[in-house]
Amino acid sequence: MIKLKKKIPLIDQHDKFGFYGDKFGGNYCAETMRKPIEDLSKLFEKLRKDRKFLKKRDHYFKHYLGGETPFFKLENLTRHLGGAQIWCKDVSAINGDAHKAYHATVNALICKESGKRYIAGDTGAGMFGKNLAMAAKKMNLKCKIFMGTKDISRQAPNVKFMRDAGAEVVPVDSGSKTLVDAVSECMRHYVSNCDNTHLAVGSAIGCNIFLKICAWSTSQISRELKKQLIKEFGEIPKLKLINVIGGGSSALGFWNEFIDHDKKHVELIGVEAKYAAPLSTNAKVAILHGAAQYCLTDKEGQIAETHSLSAGLDYPGSSPLHGLLKDSGRARYTNASDKEALAAFKLITKLEDIRPSLEPAHAWSECIRLAPKLKKSDVIVVNNCGKGYKDKKIYIEQLGYYPK
Amino acid sequence: MKNSINNAFRVAKKENRPALISYTVCGDNTKDKSLQILNSISGDLDIAEWGIPHNCPTADGKDIQNSSYRALQNGIRLNDIFKLVKRFKKTKPSKPMILMGYYQMIFNYGDKKFIRKCKEAGVDGLIVVDLSFPDNKNFAKLCKKNSICFVQLIAPTTTVKRMKEIIKSSHEMIYMISSISTTGSALKYSIKRIIKNYNVIKKIKPSKNVVIGFGITEKTISDLRSADGLVVGSAICREITRSLKDRQNPVTNVSKLVRKLKNNII
Repeated sequence: MIKLKKKIPLIDQHDKFGFYGDKFGGNYCAETMRKPIEDLSKLFEKLRKDRKFLKKRDHYFKHYLGGETPFFKLENLTRHLGGAQIWCKDVSAINGDAHKAYHATVNALICKESGKRYIAGDTGAGMFGKNLAMAAKKMNLKCKIFMGTKDISRQAPNVKFMRDAGAEVVPVDSGSKTLVDAVSECMRHYVSNCDNTHLAVGSAIGCNIFLKICAWSTSQISRELKKQLIKEFGEIPKLKLINVIGGGSSALGFWNEFIDHDKKHVELIGVEAKYAAPLSTNAKVAILHGAAQYCLTDKEGQIAETHSLSAGLDYPGSSPLHGLLKDSGRARYTNASDKEALAAFKLITKLEDIRPSLEPAHAWSECIRLAPKLKKSDVIVVNNCGKGYKDKKIYIEQLGYYPK
Repeated sequence: MKNSINNAFRVAKKENRPALISYTVCGDNTKDKSLQILNSISGDLDIAEWGIPHNCPTADGKDIQNSSYRALQNGIRLNDIFKLVKRFKKTKPSKPMILMGYYQMIFNYGDKKFIRKCKEAGVDGLIVVDLSFPDNKNFAKLCKKNSICFVQLIAPTTTVKRMKEIIKSSHEMIYMISSISTTGSALKYSIKRIIKNYNVIKKIKPSKNVVIGFGITEKTISDLRSADGLVVGSAICREITRSLKDRQNPVTNVSKLVRKLKNNII
């Protein structure tokens, strides 16, 4: 079993080749990309220690993204389920409607620092695309978003947003026409334009530097949560932190500050979509988009197709950092079906005022399964990492309504 | 046939021309057809390169993506590729065969087993697009131990310092990527600039065989004639696509194209 190192940020627990636990991650990329990613790594290592840059980041997080996102108890749901206390870290309240806002903003800031004028990113659910488009507009960068044609049609509100913000949305019509193909096409674009374009990979995936930037950016969530927990409970109570996993960027941000805690004290639970679940279905390690990771493949090693109602989860791979958390036993992974996610949305929105998107609805489903089995002293916190409006059409198709 | 790659370059040099290297995807559009295509062009080739199709090819442009897609649709598997290489080498034992692919396909099969199978089938060289220096050190060693040439790549973005390290650890052939691009897009740099990059590599170690690839077509090939070798891939894959679309025989069309390529460099 892999052992995690204490007091070293999770993103820094790699060797000089970029491998975590000797098996996850690395830099499986074309020679053309080596120099640009090396330059980016150097720049990032400099910036994360640079007070002025950190101040700028914090300024943007506070004034542009709206500052700390709320943390509150779901009294009705707690009462209804009759077990653990259920709390919500409502990341969807951020300007930008999802955790991708942190990651997109940081990437735009880094792009600016690098002197590049173009920024390119991939998107599935459109949350990263929309936030990158917004950040690019704010910082006067030219932005290209790569998106599968299937996702363009199922996440239309976000596509409109991207275009309105001045970004070029590049439709990707190859393969399954979803996130996996969008990431591939975006990487191809980078291979061809790495001299003037900054690549913003949409999740904690890709070559070492890309997943580091992503998880570093989203860790804002757990920095806030830690403070909010202490304010509310006077200490870090016995916790279960439940988060949905697509590539895994929101979970890494939600968990980052709690990695060093004992797992009996702070349990980390990741919830995948049932038919896009490499971490919870014992998939093999495979190389996808530049890194070794748990990934769904066929016997020959070809990347498998996935199926999820949720565009953000419809991805065969997973962050190498989640491979590390799984194999070290620090986090556990489970999954929820489309049906279970929809049922969770139905119950949550009946009892509470939050409107989760399809992605966090998967996390809520696990919360609903788990809470009744636990004691009142147990605290569950769910990362409500995306706003539901983008899935309004899908919810109406599936449930017949969308709550007010 | 231990030095058949070196030999191929020697022959071309003697004839005062670059070695001509084709790239096609094994199994495009069917297993047999891809072998027929290769057999029919091999007379004009110095080295044959066969791509191992992968469904997530992040460094390939549209043309090679299409070829890979067709091959996969027709059910090609790694074991079929080894069998086809064996069949090719049976009739053309002295024609060097290089397999090119993405590391996932090898990793999934197992490095050692993959190299053993390559050796058995008669593969002379390997190019692994996304296994770059220094991560490829162990794999390159394993190739060398089995008398397989591991072809390192050098890109326009590669620094001179890194270039020197790559060349030091390289075997008999080095692949220079012409410009910052995926496979198959038009040459982004001027011929002058490409030749300049090429000369930087050659100056470091004149005895290495350096081939140029990415974006070379019937039109541009003669301008790059001074290189040790030239790889044409996407232009051939495009010709296969066109032939299939027009319901023509890809074997004869590709043969004609390769003959023209050859004529342009003699």
